[in-house]
Amino acid sequence: MDLIESYQEELQLIRKPWTRIWVGTFVLLLLLLPWYAPEHITYIATIIFIYSIGVQGQNILIGYTGQISFGQAAFLAIGAFTFGHMARLGIPWPIGLLSGGLAAGIFGLLVGFPSLRLKGPYLAIATLGFGIAVYQIFVNFEVLSGGRMGLIINKLSPLFGLSRITFNYYFNFLIALLFTLTSYNIISSYMGRAFIAIRDNDIAAEVIGVNLTRYKLLSFAISSFYTGVQGGLFGLFMGYLEPNMFTFMEAITLFVAVIIGGLASVEGSIMGAAFVILVPQVFSAYREMVPVIYGVTILIVLIFEPLGLYGRWFKMRLYLRNWPFR
Amino acid sequence: MTQFLQYFVSGLATGSIYALVALGLALIYRSTRILNFAHGDIATAGTFFAFTFLGLNLHWGVAFILALLFGFALAMTFYFSVLIPAQRREATQLGQIILTLGFGLILQGLISYFGGTEPQSFPFPLSDTKVYRLGGVVISQLSLGTFGIGLLASLLFYLLVQKTRLGLAMRATSENLPAAQTMGIPTRSILALSWGLAALLGVMAGLFLAPALLLDPFFMLEPFLKGFAAAILGGLNSLPGAIVGGLILGVAESLAGGFVTIAFKNTLAFLIIILVLLVRPEGLLGTEFKERV
Repeated sequence: MDLIESYQEELQLIRKPWTRIWVGTFVLLLLLLPWYAPEHITYIATIIFIYSIGVQGQNILIGYTGQISFGQAAFLAIGAFTFGHMARLGIPWPIGLLSGGLAAGIFGLLVGFPSLRLKGPYLAIATLGFGIAVYQIFVNFEVLSGGRMGLIINKLSPLFGLSRITFNYYFNFLIALLFTLTSYNIISSYMGRAFIAIRDNDIAAEVIGVNLTRYKLLSFAISSFYTGVQGGLFGLFMGYLEPNMFTFMEAITLFVAVIIGGLASVEGSIMGAAFVILVPQVFSAYREMVPVIYGVTILIVLIFEPLGLYGRWFKMRLYLRNWPFR
Repeated sequence: MTQFLQYFVSGLATGSIYALVALGLALIYRSTRILNFAHGDIATAGTFFAFTFLGLNLHWGVAFILALLFGFALAMTFYFSVLIPAQRREATQLGQIILTLGFGLILQGLISYFGGTEPQSFPFPLSDTKVYRLGGVVISQLSLGTFGIGLLASLLFYLLVQKTRLGLAMRATSENLPAAQTMGIPTRSILALSWGLAALLGVMAGLFLAPALLLDPFFMLEPFLKGFAAAILGGLNSLPGAIVGGLILGVAESLAGGFVTIAFKNTLAFLIIILVLLVRPEGLLGTEFKERV
């Protein structure tokens, strides 16, 4: 819809001055959120930030590279428990978080190898098998999972005299912002275009010189790095870890977030994360109905709006911009 | 040796359940190229349906037949009301797989809401504790019944697919859809029937599994995933492969649980999936799928 005239313009994060104003206002509102919103809203927003990291990672894999994975819960668990054990050894959190992400990334590389031979449904099953195998290994090895009581992690002590909730909010907000900017950069670089080329047609991509092996594996590694960091942050936020946080349902939740939010869009990932966190909160009186809402939304999204919440949002913006013309 | 035989026999009984689940999955995959992630949930729904009728003191035979029909109707409804509109809007193959996932989530939520999440014991005509001895090998009435029904269902299914006109139409549809349409086969009804039959097999597996486990909304999740593993092992587009895969998986699991360690009995299936997919993605009896550029 926009006419892009130069490469410089293509790389710009925001192209229109008006967009700049409202995005700026939105970020400012988010920054000030702990000062005007009630505590539990701040708390929920923090969880949304943590989730949005993993959903973005999943979206890079599913939406941009077109490789389906049902094994994200495994990377979540690997990242979280790596982080947890390092935190217990007294290693400072930045190193712990990074190595949680890297450990997940390495396993992502390993799982990526089948993706070189398998496609579509077969890859979905291979990753699903991996996800469940990892979950069961964590359940059966108490050395890894910290036993019946779970793994206790010391929470961060608040700095600058902020309350714990406010501090956690800013901490996770900044990390989520960092990862969001990174995703935008990945997507508008050569790497991102290679991912998209692989999604659209991998044989054609190979013919025009995209190294399939490298970029498929890279996509898996980046995606699982994101997910691993999400796991670490979640452990740090909750203060304890147990294998039952990383069941098959958790992988499904991340997957649902990507589909509902919108394939191949960073904004959509954040909307999807907000959706899967907010729905159980809003319908907390009808806990059994949460999967029904997910399911119905998936059916509606896939049949009527394949680009998800982001697609709807995009069309609304287009309509308003061109108003009163159609 | 007796111990080996014992594990082998109990593995065969579990394996026949996996084979039933795998048969349903392979049937759908081979005719529509869709992996049915709602398969387990349809089976659970059918089993809960039977459970409700058993609670009303209905004869078990009637309740079971009603449950099978319910599963059959449920899958057909899904095919007609969700998949066909999606196909009209040119949903991708992956999109259709995700649709089945969504349907599975809906069923799961509804079952938890109406059926309750507490595990309940499922009344069954065959007993779990009454056992028969065959030269040192002990087999319970339930396992024997499960194995028998698994064999019988597979046999009937084989006859249906290979020996009847309907089966010929099903095979033609899965072989080449446009050609089948041109030959005057009502492919849409045939595909809907395949979905229904697959669900029927799934519900049957659920009914025979429920007395061995406890009935709760998630009791089919693990057998369903094992059924997946079995279907992959045998080859996703091969019906005999599904049966062979199911039996092999059941026996391998039982032997591994008995002789190696019980803790990793469940992990084995998923390791098998990954290994098979890496070494021979088309499965034991499947045919290789070649992609044209």
